Amino acid sequence: MHIPDGYLSPQTALVMTAVMVPVWGVAVKKVREKLKRKDVPLLAIGAAFSFTIMMFNLPIPGGSSAHAVGAVLLAILLGPWAATLGVSVALIIQALIFGDGGILAIGANCFNIAFVMSFVGYGVYKLVRGDSDAMSARALVAGVLAGYIGLNCAAFFTAVEFGSQYNWFKAADGTPLYFMYPLKTAIAAMMSEHLILAGPVEGIVTGLGAWFVGRNYPELLPRISKAALN
Amino acid sequence: MFKQYKKLWLGLIVLILLSPLGLIATGTAFGEWSTEELITEVGFIPQGLERMADFWSHAPMSDYAVPGLEGSFLSSAGGYIISAVVGIALVVGVFALFSKIVKE
Repeated sequence: MHIPDGYLSPQTALVMTAVMVPVWGVAVKKVREKLKRKDVPLLAIGAAFSFTIMMFNLPIPGGSSAHAVGAVLLAILLGPWAATLGVSVALIIQALIFGDGGILAIGANCFNIAFVMSFVGYGVYKLVRGDSDAMSARALVAGVLAGYIGLNCAAFFTAVEFGSQYNWFKAADGTPLYFMYPLKTAIAAMMSEHLILAGPVEGIVTGLGAWFVGRNYPELLPRISKAALN
Repeated sequence: MFKQYKKLWLGLIVLILLSPLGLIATGTAFGEWSTEELITEVGFIPQGLERMADFWSHAPMSDYAVPGLEGSFLSSAGGYIISAVVGIALVVGVFALFSKIVKE
């Protein structure tokens, strides 16, 4: 899900944006350091893939829906900074052109879905894959776990951003000004959806996606060197 | 941009064509309710939310729909596919520009 406008106070939205601006700055710098021009089409494909996969709404019993993201797959291929950039671009276009996610909430959405998810997922992938071969069962499991855990971390941060508004921002009559449920409710709802349904889908998308890329373009998933693991 | 990774671009095209599957799940996601849906959901519209919810009303393809191409599942599906193509074109366009500041 993408946080719409009105669900976060302007103060919170501003803080999340203020956090993301330097993150985007570093991401641009790191990507320019690490990538060559010939790598950019892959980043474009990854960002486009993320954009598209977020259009696949998964029905949640009870009437809700959720979606996978693809950030971790992109992080596996090009690193977490590139993934942060790619998914941010997808999210910003989703907000501006398609009204999916708020404009003031762009900072928060990018923080959760582009930044946290990419880095957590990448970390899990490296940890679980170790120095095993890219097409090994262990690497496949690494991809699945990385996607699963990455997405759920993003969901958790989203839930906390939501739920914190309930206590912090109340109208004179005591009603919440923005997000309308307490923290426990936000966490229960977001985590149950993502632990049970969206997370496994993300895991499968990440694991199979990495496998498909590795099968067709093995040079994109080299063995992770011992140096990179430390 | 398109010469390498042909198989990946092809995979993307397959995804675009499958995207109307995303229309089938019609429930609004938790935390994405519109002001109207909030009346049903919690019985009121939080005052701050009501003020800020329409901050951006210029989305040309709101909810991945093409104005005019709605009504039936088939037309909505067409609108969804067009939205996917437009979105992907914009994303790719951004990175085509970005590529100019990346070393060769």
